[in-house]
Amino acid sequence: MTDPASSSPATYRLAVVNAGISDPSSTKLLADRIANAVGDIAAERGHRVRVHSIDLRELLPELPAALSSGLLGERFAAAVDALRGADGVIAGAPVYKAAPSALFSSFFQVLDNDLLIAKPILLAATAGTARHALVADEQMRSLFAYLRSLSVPTSVFASTEDWQDKALKGRIDRAAFELLLLMESGFEREVRDSGWRRYQHEYGSAGGSELSIDLDTDLMRLATGGALRPEGSIDDADD
Amino acid sequence: MPPSAAGMIDPAAAFHVYANACTTRPGAPVQSEGVVPMQFGVFSVSDITRDPVSGVTPSEAERISDIVQIALKAEEVGLDVFAIGEHHNPPFFSSSPTTLLAHIAALTKRLIVTTSTTLITTNDPVRIAEEYAMLQHLSKGRMDLMLGRGNTAPVYPWFGQDIRQGLPLALEHYNLLHRLWREDVVDWEGRFRTPLQGFTSTPRPLDDVPPFVWHGSIRTPEIAEQAAYYGDGFFANHIFWPKEHTQRMVGFYRERFEHYGHGTAKQAIVGLGGQAYIAKTSQDARREFRPYFDEAPVYGHGPSLEEFTQMTPLAVGSPQEVIDKTLGFREYVGDYQRQLFLVDHAGLPLPRVLDQLELLGGEVVPVLRRELEARRDPEVPDAPTHASLVKAKYGDAEPRQPRPNANRGDNVTGGSPYQDSVAAAASPFGEELD
Repeated sequence: MTDPASSSPATYRLAVVNAGISDPSSTKLLADRIANAVGDIAAERGHRVRVHSIDLRELLPELPAALSSGLLGERFAAAVDALRGADGVIAGAPVYKAAPSALFSSFFQVLDNDLLIAKPILLAATAGTARHALVADEQMRSLFAYLRSLSVPTSVFASTEDWQDKALKGRIDRAAFELLLLMESGFEREVRDSGWRRYQHEYGSAGGSELSIDLDTDLMRLATGGALRPEGSIDDADD
Repeated sequence: MPPSAAGMIDPAAAFHVYANACTTRPGAPVQSEGVVPMQFGVFSVSDITRDPVSGVTPSEAERISDIVQIALKAEEVGLDVFAIGEHHNPPFFSSSPTTLLAHIAALTKRLIVTTSTTLITTNDPVRIAEEYAMLQHLSKGRMDLMLGRGNTAPVYPWFGQDIRQGLPLALEHYNLLHRLWREDVVDWEGRFRTPLQGFTSTPRPLDDVPPFVWHGSIRTPEIAEQAAYYGDGFFANHIFWPKEHTQRMVGFYRERFEHYGHGTAKQAIVGLGGQAYIAKTSQDARREFRPYFDEAPVYGHGPSLEEFTQMTPLAVGSPQEVIDKTLGFREYVGDYQRQLFLVDHAGLPLPRVLDQLELLGGEVVPVLRRELEARRDPEVPDAPTHASLVKAKYGDAEPRQPRPNANRGDNVTGGSPYQDSVAAAASPFGEELD
């Protein structure tokens, strides 16, 4: 684990999820530029960033099993491990038909609901036209809200014409700085250490790391011969 | 500990006796009086599925007739257990497991009939107590049952229930079922069922020894906890999940089994599901099974056969390959008592299933018995049977045979309805329960 915000040098782990289909793709290009910016800004602040790339294209062969049976193949499992261990994530999707690509959405739909809780996430999207500019904020942001991740305020969208525009670099740097600050803050670690039980979990969730079992619940008391409280009282089935 | 009621054994003490009575002696014959260290068998979900090769969907009548042939074949080839699921919607036929199992028990001599699973949620626990006690009598104790919740949401309201309450429903229902088989007269009140006053579930269990119960679960710790609390068996479905899930759940159940004083963790009673398709060579097995796999309900049209074989307990190959894969299970769950295989689903035609049973019973299971027995920890108890449970409760004494008093028109006034309950007869309120 890395140090929270402090002046002492730290190494941060950054997972870069890219749903671009070709290699190279403009989505990968954008995600990598953002990752480099995070690294540069970290260096200025005396820190280091280790990048782990997750190219979803390579997970395509395992996707049918994951979608239909919840069975994660080796590559999926490796991606889950990388996400779990990351201090921050860049999530980049191409926009197809006015939505993040199905590969992008499928990947995050397969993950355990609690895998990315409090994790800083930078949203990035590419498209052929500026008409898709709000996809990152209107669709991707709600996905990560459901996952209770910490999306950075600035999302980065690049349509074809943006690649010639210096303003893109400005947005990249701004978003990268926001992401780095959230990674440095130790917010996620604090949530996991002190607030984890406030979220709903399943046994074996959070990518297999959620292994604690609370024996002090109404259901556990019922399992061991106890009775349920009358209907309507709090703490019915779960929290 | 569970409440100790009149006529009820203390599970911890009973388990101790039972474990001692049934531990296999080295060099003992594999089968004497139906006692084996480990039981092998088949379990069916009762799906009626189109055969993707012939294009034919069997009729309900054909499939029901076939399943009886499958059960008889299981006994013929030396398997120990036949299990049938319970469903209340097409394309399944098994809405009434005890009727089917009673029929099979009547046609067999050695086979243990059981369920995979009995729905503890949508069934009234009173009816489960009655029906399975009846099956226990008719099969002379060659039965047990596995409880499960059922995950088809629309089924629940058909029986006046709600899947959102599935887990508390299962837990509460089993608490009641457990008492109905252990107390002659039950007063009970809970959330999900109308209260009972002075209720006696009839017939009383055979020899007044409740049927052995397995609790089936994939990833619900509360179910494992309940199994551990009562000292019942825990069965991991196992077939749709990577081994880590099964390993964790079984580990938790074993730990809690010990916590509740039923024995050590390794003495907990564990069963596993598995899935196999066997042919002379692995090439033949894959070629023959692939069309059925590809269109199978649940996992068909998803992962490839190769992926599924790699990620789950499914074994498709030569007898030796199936043996090797199955031998690996104990490495992550410990020594266990029951291994069931799914062999009849996805539209596999009857002759093909019967061939599978020949190979399973003839070439695979004998080797598994030998190899697993050689590796087995001597302190691990044998698979539970009615005989072993009777022995655990009574030792060499005669089992109780309840004889009812004359009908008095109701069951609420007066004491126990059974002649041998002298103490309770004096109490106007029936037997004290706690």
